[in-house]
Amino acid sequence: MTVAVNPTQTGEPVFYLADEHPHPEGYSTSLGFWIYLMSDCLIFAMLFAAFGVLGANYAAGPAPKDLFDLNLVAVNTSMLLLSSITYGFAMLTMQQNKVAQTQMWLLITGLFGAAFIGIELTEFTHMIHEGATPQRSAFLSAFFTLVGTHGLHVSCGLIWLVTLMIQVWRFGLIEANRRRLMCLSMFWHFLDVVWIGVFTFVYLLGVLR
Amino acid sequence: MSTDSHAAHAGDHHLDDGHAHSTFSGYMLGFVLSVVLTAIPFWLVMSGTLPSKQITALVIMAFAVVQIVVHMIYFLHMSPKSENGWSMMALIFTIVMVVIALSGSLWVMNHLNSNMMPIHEMTGMK
Repeated sequence: MTVAVNPTQTGEPVFYLADEHPHPEGYSTSLGFWIYLMSDCLIFAMLFAAFGVLGANYAAGPAPKDLFDLNLVAVNTSMLLLSSITYGFAMLTMQQNKVAQTQMWLLITGLFGAAFIGIELTEFTHMIHEGATPQRSAFLSAFFTLVGTHGLHVSCGLIWLVTLMIQVWRFGLIEANRRRLMCLSMFWHFLDVVWIGVFTFVYLLGVLR
Repeated sequence: MSTDSHAAHAGDHHLDDGHAHSTFSGYMLGFVLSVVLTAIPFWLVMSGTLPSKQITALVIMAFAVVQIVVHMIYFLHMSPKSENGWSMMALIFTIVMVVIALSGSLWVMNHLNSNMMPIHEMTGMK
């Protein structure tokens, strides 16, 4: 391509190098978003490490066996798993350019996600009501930080989901919206992967201990 | 992007990588596997079928690892070819970092705990 040379007032040449391979808009978004998810994965790894180190320090307070209701955790896990598959259906209908059906599946995904957050908040308020607050012991501090961070991620995902539903409603399934929906899909499924670690290491192994 | 330019870049497989493998059967297979791989650990812990707690712990951790792989393949569509291998490269790097951070923290802190002087011994030292 052309390299323009403009002599400035001082006489030094200035070089402009044109990009020889213009890339289509958003061609690297999915890789960039994947790298973000990997960095998020490191955050969760640190929180899991903190929980692994502190998880047995009850300070004579309540232990996982006294606090966790595995039936509730099982219901919560199924909510998140169902929201994963319904988001998958939203992606499939998006590929077939069916706007109304995509919106319907996104709405169902959002409802399952909201149910997950609702159940988790109920569990938290129940625990705090019983005196199992984050200040009570190192185990509870680590528990609330880890599970709370995951819940915060899901809440942000819900806000993002509603934003994208408005976007799709106003502009349709344009290329930019498809790209955004694909990023949210990766985010949503990633949160489900993190939840596998949470229910295994925090809840199941906690009750087992 | 308009559909015209999308068609023009049809040879450029970057764009389609993210959802190239999305199929109904793929999602359903992933979902059924996930349900089974979630239900078994919950059942094992809630019923206490296995004789020792240590065996149960190892088994449910193995189920978690398998389920994470299932999610990666069927929901996140990971494959060695996506993004010309760069997403796999980032994933492998992350897994190495996570393993070092987790095992290192648990190992070091466990040794610190066992090397701490127990409280009842300290009260006797005056």
